[in-house]
Amino acid sequence: MLKDQKILKVSAIKRGTVIDHIPAKNLFKVIAILGLNNIDNPITFGTNLESGKLGLKAIIKISDKFFVDEEINRIAMAAPEAKLNIIKDYKVVEKKIVEVPEFIEGIVKCFNPKCITNHEEVKQRFTVVAKKEVSLKCSYCEKITDQEHMVYI
Amino acid sequence: MLNKSLISINDYSKEECIRVLDLAEEFEKEPVQNLLSGRVVATLFFEPSTRTRLSFESAVSRLGGQIIGFTDSSSSSVQKGESLKDTVCTVANYSDLIVMRHPIEGSARYASEVSKVPVVNAGDGANQHPTQTLLDLYSIRKTQGKLDDLNIFMVGDLKYGRTVHSLLMAMSQFNVNFFFISPDELKMPNEYKLHLDNMGIEYHEQRDFSDIVPEADIIYMTRVQKERFSDPIEYEKTKNAYVLRNDMLENSRKNLKILHPLPRVTEISSDVDSNEKAYYFTQALNGVYTRQAIISLILGLK
Repeated sequence: MLKDQKILKVSAIKRGTVIDHIPAKNLFKVIAILGLNNIDNPITFGTNLESGKLGLKAIIKISDKFFVDEEINRIAMAAPEAKLNIIKDYKVVEKKIVEVPEFIEGIVKCFNPKCITNHEEVKQRFTVVAKKEVSLKCSYCEKITDQEHMVYI
Repeated sequence: MLNKSLISINDYSKEECIRVLDLAEEFEKEPVQNLLSGRVVATLFFEPSTRTRLSFESAVSRLGGQIIGFTDSSSSSVQKGESLKDTVCTVANYSDLIVMRHPIEGSARYASEVSKVPVVNAGDGANQHPTQTLLDLYSIRKTQGKLDDLNIFMVGDLKYGRTVHSLLMAMSQFNVNFFFISPDELKMPNEYKLHLDNMGIEYHEQRDFSDIVPEADIIYMTRVQKERFSDPIEYEKTKNAYVLRNDMLENSRKNLKILHPLPRVTEISSDVDSNEKAYYFTQALNGVYTRQAIISLILGLK
């Protein structure tokens, strides 16, 4: 039953990518990280949908768009439990999960205004210290940037 | 440790820390050793810190090395807008080792990445000051004969105090008991307490310490700065609770030593200075031996 409801809420696509299990509060972060606000593909999304696991979740469907793993893993910071379905001819032909890396470069700014990465041209580097609610330890100033303070580059 | 930069106390394992302390002990016995002859150490102080700079320069001088550098950024090309990277890359051509102090956090790590010679961090903003931590460890081991089974009191500003955070990280590799004594506004941050929980190390938090002084092996005092308080009345009310006076030491342990990273303002009354348990000035002297040891190990002279 629940599955049917979901389909009703966000219509199916013929060909493209479905990103499911995004925490509802981070939907727009995911859109920004993937640059979906700057592409011409048809996109539908639904948010504040019931999800047993996440509380409220969001889902995005992008027609005629396929991502490489590197692009997908960029959303790990905002949606560590996201699942991707690759759709061809209305059928799921492949499933992918997001993997939170041990170490990330770029993507996010260090939130510490006194950090060298915010003063000179230094590429941001972090060790991932928590994977569920992702938090990052700056390799330079050693301060922790948590979910709440993450600003994407 | 050979050719390895020292940026954060976490860069050194427990064994490496102990190696520094052992070598510092040798330098205490024989401080003048001509190991650095013909070598050049650059001291780049982008912000003034006279005490730290003199300690490093004394260490280099006693090893027979030469010093180049600047004492604050107004007298360097930084004033002309040169990037940190350019300054470091240039100076790396002129020296065998760079000692750097900089107000921006993470600057030392970055310098070590762009420099072709090793870098020793002499303080990067509120982040790290690893040679201070090593000299603190040296002072504790020297006065207590060990680094295990000690009651370590940390008093004052435990929230912003870089030295207490680094010392906590370093001492957590040993079996010690921490007592954190601070006003509510300046309590030890949770991330450090979590670290101790993970390491299985005991700690206690108190607002006042006058009644528990007899338990202490080490009292590490820090400055409680007025500007850290949002409410000035709160500061006036609490400031006296974090001042150590000589009469508080009456029933203290024989082996107790009082440490302070200096500069001290009012948090240790001057009547403590003549007490043989006051150790802060000797602690500063230990900094020279410790830095001699660090420089020698990095340059492979020992």
